[in-house]
Amino acid sequence: MLKLRINGMPVTVEDNSTILQAARKLDIKIPTLCHMELDCFNLEHRIGSCRVCVVEVSGRRNLAPACCTPVEDNMEVRTHTLRAINARRTMLDLLLSNHPKDCLTCEKNLDCELQALAQEMGLHRIMYKGEQAKRKIDLANESIVRDMNKCIMCRRCETACNTIQTVGILSGVKRGFNSIVSTASEKPLAETKCTFCGQCVAACPVGALTEMNRTYDVWRALNDETKHVIVQTAPAVRVALGEEFGLEPGSISTGKMVTGLRMLGFDKVFDTDFAADLTIMEETTEFIQRLKENKNLPILTSCCPGWVKFFEHQFPDLLHIPSTAKSPQQMFGAMAKTYYAKKIGVEASEITVVSVMPCLAKKNEAARPEFARDGVRDVDIVISTRELANMLKEAGIQFNELRNSAFDNPMGESTGAGVIFGSTGGVLEAVLRTAADWVSGTEVKDIDFEDVRGLAGIKEATVNVAGTEIRVAIASGLGNARTLLEKIRRGESKYHAIEIMACPGGCLNGGGQPYIHGDTTILEKRRLALYDEDRSKTIRKSHENPYIQKIYREFLGEPGSHLAHELLHTHYTARKNE
Amino acid sequence: MTDQCTKCCDNVSILNMYPDKKKELEKYIDSLPLGSDSDRNRGFLIQSLHKAQGIFGYLPEEIQLFVAQKLKLHLSEVFGVISFYSYFTTVPVGKFKINVCTGTACFVKGADSIVGEFRRFLNIEMGETTKDMKFSLGGLRCVGACSLAPVVMVNDKVYGNVTPKKVPEILEECK
Repeated sequence: MLKLRINGMPVTVEDNSTILQAARKLDIKIPTLCHMELDCFNLEHRIGSCRVCVVEVSGRRNLAPACCTPVEDNMEVRTHTLRAINARRTMLDLLLSNHPKDCLTCEKNLDCELQALAQEMGLHRIMYKGEQAKRKIDLANESIVRDMNKCIMCRRCETACNTIQTVGILSGVKRGFNSIVSTASEKPLAETKCTFCGQCVAACPVGALTEMNRTYDVWRALNDETKHVIVQTAPAVRVALGEEFGLEPGSISTGKMVTGLRMLGFDKVFDTDFAADLTIMEETTEFIQRLKENKNLPILTSCCPGWVKFFEHQFPDLLHIPSTAKSPQQMFGAMAKTYYAKKIGVEASEITVVSVMPCLAKKNEAARPEFARDGVRDVDIVISTRELANMLKEAGIQFNELRNSAFDNPMGESTGAGVIFGSTGGVLEAVLRTAADWVSGTEVKDIDFEDVRGLAGIKEATVNVAGTEIRVAIASGLGNARTLLEKIRRGESKYHAIEIMACPGGCLNGGGQPYIHGDTTILEKRRLALYDEDRSKTIRKSHENPYIQKIYREFLGEPGSHLAHELLHTHYTARKNE
Repeated sequence: MTDQCTKCCDNVSILNMYPDKKKELEKYIDSLPLGSDSDRNRGFLIQSLHKAQGIFGYLPEEIQLFVAQKLKLHLSEVFGVISFYSYFTTVPVGKFKINVCTGTACFVKGADSIVGEFRRFLNIEMGETTKDMKFSLGGLRCVGACSLAPVVMVNDKVYGNVTPKKVPEILEECK
């Protein structure tokens, strides 16, 4: 333990702590910009490049960056001497000198850490008018917009892409004024092995990385009289949307969200959770089949499009192990344009399916060529949680005052098993709930599989399913996924089933969720909210969903039937690993 | 594949076209004390790229990828290093690399007019290569021969006290 004084106040910290961490213990906020700490994933990005956290340390000639200066015993630190404040302001002046000052129209307006810092530091004039870079904006994909004119070289996106996700497409390139974070040969993202997981967008403090905003397309569809416009909402959206309206993180706003969507003008408000239940029917059938034949194990979940693209690029030799089941988003789209279209008696081409997702990779997934029939896309437009919040605000809907209402039928009814898809471990738990009943032929009462829950990056458990020992593993974050996949490749895996989500923590921490600005306690609150919602449901097993039973009775036949395969299953494509 | 022309076909494989050169590079990288840990291998990146450029003359994406895979590094990181150092080039350069020093002393002594003369004779801009792949024109900073300013380097040969009049003589010597 080390003792030091900050602004005259004594504090004791553990060895290897930084000044920033010590200050936090005293509730002293030292401004930071390039620094990113994700406590619950044991990750700290501290490169000290922005220098806005400089403080004065007695006995040292130079100011010290608090984020990467280790504490020494008996250190005397002062955080807001005139010298430190002046230095910080100069840093910020310089950062702003070549930054496009288009805050009013910037996608990150009011969500920008540079803007917030300028406001907190009381910067009221632009000190230096520096040369402005004119770099081409990368708009050539469905998910992510890269406007490197706004990059401040904090390199948080690099840590997200290379260290956390191990996708590794980003690096600092060139030098001096021209230096920038870019891809190899500065190619557009679409030509790289980018998974579009959006963790770089979640990490970016400014407007350099943002989502491809599709809200205007939704407005256009809603105002098109010839279209029947329906919406599906992913499980993780309902436990995060409220944050955009100032509600406590972890607030469950399912009912308000449904009311809000109706007020926006959607003809029907449905639930991706319904399709999640459908996914469980198909995936569990496939799992039990493989288990019986003891073939192609472990089965890997396939709901996450970031993860799907990751293994297509990086593990093309293992394409036979992921489940062939489509993701819930795509199952919903396929059902909407066939089963539902038939039910309401309209052509598939007259229905517009809008998805609200916590995810940016879902935008890319919906546009994949295989997810269309006769030129009609299964899912037409995908917007993120943040984009939905923007639309509700634009429509003047007072979200916090809304009354609760329920989803429409037939594709709005869901179970607790569908809800927990939004958290890491949820899909596997949902599979286990159904598998336990199906394998035993009874109704298993104890369905809370606590071992597979929690935000840990890799979880392992042995679960007793009707007398059979099932060994499962769960990874969230693509770096953790890689660890498990390499084990499988080496033939060292003993697992029967593995769940993988591209984003650390699962969809609740997706690239399209409200920005957490480094506060990972928000993620745990969202996670607990999902399990609260699960517990509040009367039906908590996918196969007991009456509307799911009905859809098989009326339309699909059995799980794994020929028609189910045609509509609800997919194939994977080996892609270049570069 | 090997019979395709290199000028118009993007998908031609330079590694397949020159198996001996590939072998030479591979042998060099394999002789390095590399490990399975990319943090350790990172230290051998620059010398590997140096070798690769020495063998192939330039570092197209295919060779960047080859080095990246050998060293277990991300391609983006390899490109990051190549784009940082002006020594590395991703496009083919001429047989004779003419570099005019534009450091302080040479600049003051008229490096500008020498660059202009080379541009006029070769009909190319700085950073470009003549169509016959014979000459490339570039600039460099100080070579430590300021007493001879202005200085021009052609490959490894240094010419001192260069005047615009000497430019045709220098080009004449390149055979």
